[in-house]
Amino acid sequence: MRAVRLAALNDFDEWRAAARRLLLDAVPPDEVVWLDPTTPHDLFVSEAAVEQVTERRVGVVPQRFIDWAEAGICHSDPERFALLYRLLWRLQKDRGLMEARSDPDVGQLDRRVSAVRRDAHKLKAFVRFRSVADASGLERFAAWFEPEHYVLERVAPFFVRRFTGMMWAIVTPYRSAFWDGENLEFGPGGHKADVPAEDAMEDAWKSYFASIFNPARLKVAMMKSEMPVKYWRNLPEAELIPSLIRGAKAAEAEMIERQASIPPSRHMRRAERQVDEVVPEVEITSLSAARDAIEGCRRCPLYEMATQAVFGEGPAHAEVMFVGEQPGDQEDLAGKPFVGPAGKVFDAAMTEAGMDRDRAYVTNAVKHFKFVPRGKKRLHQRPNMGEVKACRFWLDLEREFVKPKLIVALGATAVASLAGSGTTLSSVRGKLTELTDGTRMFATVHPSYLLRMPDRAEAARERERFVADLREIGRLLG
Amino acid sequence: MTRLTLPRKLAILSDAAKYDASCASSGSVKRSSLATGGIGSTEGSGICHSYAPDGRCISLLKLLLTNFCVYDCSYCVNRSSSNVPRARFSVEEVVGLTLDFYKRNYIEGLFLSSGIIQSPDYTMEEMVRVARTLRETHRFGGYIHLKVIPNASPELLAEAGRHADRLSTNIELPTDVSLETLAPEKKPSAIRTAMAHIEAKREESRPDGKIEGKRKPTKLAPAGQSTQMIVGADRATDATILGRSAALYSGYGLKRVYYSAFSPIPDASSKLPLAPPPLMREHRLYQADWLIRFYGFNVDEIVSGGADGLLDLKLDPKLAWALAHRGQFPVDVNRAARELLLRVPGLGVRVVDRILSSRRHHRLTLADLARMAGSIDKVRPFVEADDWSPGGLTDDAKLRGKLTPAPKQLELF
Repeated sequence: MRAVRLAALNDFDEWRAAARRLLLDAVPPDEVVWLDPTTPHDLFVSEAAVEQVTERRVGVVPQRFIDWAEAGICHSDPERFALLYRLLWRLQKDRGLMEARSDPDVGQLDRRVSAVRRDAHKLKAFVRFRSVADASGLERFAAWFEPEHYVLERVAPFFVRRFTGMMWAIVTPYRSAFWDGENLEFGPGGHKADVPAEDAMEDAWKSYFASIFNPARLKVAMMKSEMPVKYWRNLPEAELIPSLIRGAKAAEAEMIERQASIPPSRHMRRAERQVDEVVPEVEITSLSAARDAIEGCRRCPLYEMATQAVFGEGPAHAEVMFVGEQPGDQEDLAGKPFVGPAGKVFDAAMTEAGMDRDRAYVTNAVKHFKFVPRGKKRLHQRPNMGEVKACRFWLDLEREFVKPKLIVALGATAVASLAGSGTTLSSVRGKLTELTDGTRMFATVHPSYLLRMPDRAEAARERERFVADLREIGRLLG
Repeated sequence: MTRLTLPRKLAILSDAAKYDASCASSGSVKRSSLATGGIGSTEGSGICHSYAPDGRCISLLKLLLTNFCVYDCSYCVNRSSSNVPRARFSVEEVVGLTLDFYKRNYIEGLFLSSGIIQSPDYTMEEMVRVARTLRETHRFGGYIHLKVIPNASPELLAEAGRHADRLSTNIELPTDVSLETLAPEKKPSAIRTAMAHIEAKREESRPDGKIEGKRKPTKLAPAGQSTQMIVGADRATDATILGRSAALYSGYGLKRVYYSAFSPIPDASSKLPLAPPPLMREHRLYQADWLIRFYGFNVDEIVSGGADGLLDLKLDPKLAWALAHRGQFPVDVNRAARELLLRVPGLGVRVVDRILSSRRHHRLTLADLARMAGSIDKVRPFVEADDWSPGGLTDDAKLRGKLTPAPKQLELF
């Protein structure tokens, strides 16, 4: 039987050096007794000091073991060193051991690691610094904390990253940590009396704690599971909890009791001023008035899920008006027509055909984006005839005010909107037709059609056809 | 008017903020004060520094800059027709409180909201000033969450995003009609447009891998945007609420939608229902929302586990769905794909991942499953394992009764 006494409670490197020595000597786990500095001396075993072994490779372990061992060694269980050595020993023969969560040793270490991580997290959360008065006027902070495991060394760097510009100390029963603004140092453990008993901000903090609590939602078990009672004695706000719980029912009843009273005079004065601000229904007499009015459009249900109505854009008296189907995802966010992928195709084709988009009025048959949500995307949905008909009100206004010489229908929906649902795109594609009011209409495909074609050669041909149609439009405009 | 002391203001303006459900401090970029010599860090996961007796995490100093408000939203305790005591912080007072609390490790940062005073731009500018002072004057590296005032200018929203970790714009109610009835001054399209502006700006600020050598643009609101919806103040069903959420998640890349059961407020408007909805409804909505985001369910599937567009209050939505779709079970834990395993009641994402990694080594028995899942009462009728087949259990007419918890356990406390 060999006894190994470690100088520190939780020093992974020290344990590793000892474990390497033992592994090199092929000492099986059941022939080692591990002692930490607090374990009393055992008369029946002789203790060996840890001696360093050369940096020769002794054994191989997966990274997960190292990570878990670094955490597991901070557990307060006196058996922690032995458990790690047993696993290390078994890992030499069974490389995949760490994957077997159903193994009792692996399961035990897993639970130890979780407990250490939880305790480390609580240290981050529940440390309460108190300001230390200093004659020189320098502000310093100190906190008393009672962790369940030996986690201070693991968590101290977190406090350094968080409170670099502050001088602080955290005192625990087994160890203390000090940060002076430049160096992190550890010292012996201490007592609650080593840190101040109060702080000037504590009353404000308690006032905040009491005010942010909603008495109508009392859930004491939930609070206790996240903030176990064992931590309460060092949390200044915790002393309020019993009285807040006791008073909750009465506080809720009082909130309900205090039903609507007479509004304050400030509100009444403002309400009086606002009476005249109600906008009466007026006839829409200009393009910009139409643009304002469409914001409140309720002609079909599409307004409710879309971000905003996307009205047409372009010179008020453009010679040509392009009508697409509906705004897509990006148009919906930006509030402008043809800015997404199809818009890019459209712009490039226009340039190639020698046309100037800035001189055209560009709009859509339907002004709100229709989609179904799928995870993080919105999938475009084709508008139905009811929606197209409802939205024709706005398209008609645009036609009335812009009075274009030529209207270009992009795709089947635009054709149906302009020429009626009986007209198909294939019957009018590339042709000049006349709408009921005498305006000339030219029909071609929607640029998004070119984006959806899987066959590259065919897509290139179709694109050529589209550009040719745009050239034809340019020619028709003269 | 008599001058209020700072503690009195703190009491009024934190009380006024307590009805907002969102208080997370997670998901931001990593920041350390080692680089600046200042105060404050964020490390990805948020930290709850305390818990109120209502079971809610206290991670941020949640305040209103002022609870004066020109709007008159029925559900809000701060509406202009309410007789609550009013107060207003100065920018410096909020900055001072945040730093003093942060240095004592009471909080992860600040969550600042405000009643609307003068104009949306004026109000937003004041809130931005708080964030800017903290970041620039005091080198504050902690978490900042700013509430967006709809209708504030896009430039102000962008500046808010440069200083804040998270921005949120509250949608408040799932339908435009409800919002117009209960919050006449709020324009639903303005709320959505604000979210769209932020999403578009965030998209622009995302580092583009293709540009080399150029300095990465600063990430805008790195913890993303969120919103809050009030449940039970109108007659909307859970289907309507979740449908709205799905549209918000997909449209604006929202990180979270918070559901807040309408709570009794002092001096309540007569437009509100007399009784608050059960807190369990709020809980079920969170569960359903989670299943939609991480388990591949869609809204229609989730609500099909209940009736009339409402989730079942007695059972969690995944169990309710499974009971209504027993034809899809049992699922073989040794062979089924991840997506199918995720649909088994009682198996969470972590357990499913453990099943997948363990079954590469050996075939799984019910006991293996129990070790990995903790409890398998809910799981058993829906799975097959090496030594287990549920037989007629899956289709047992009494199964629902067996899996329904006793009524007294339904209480949330």
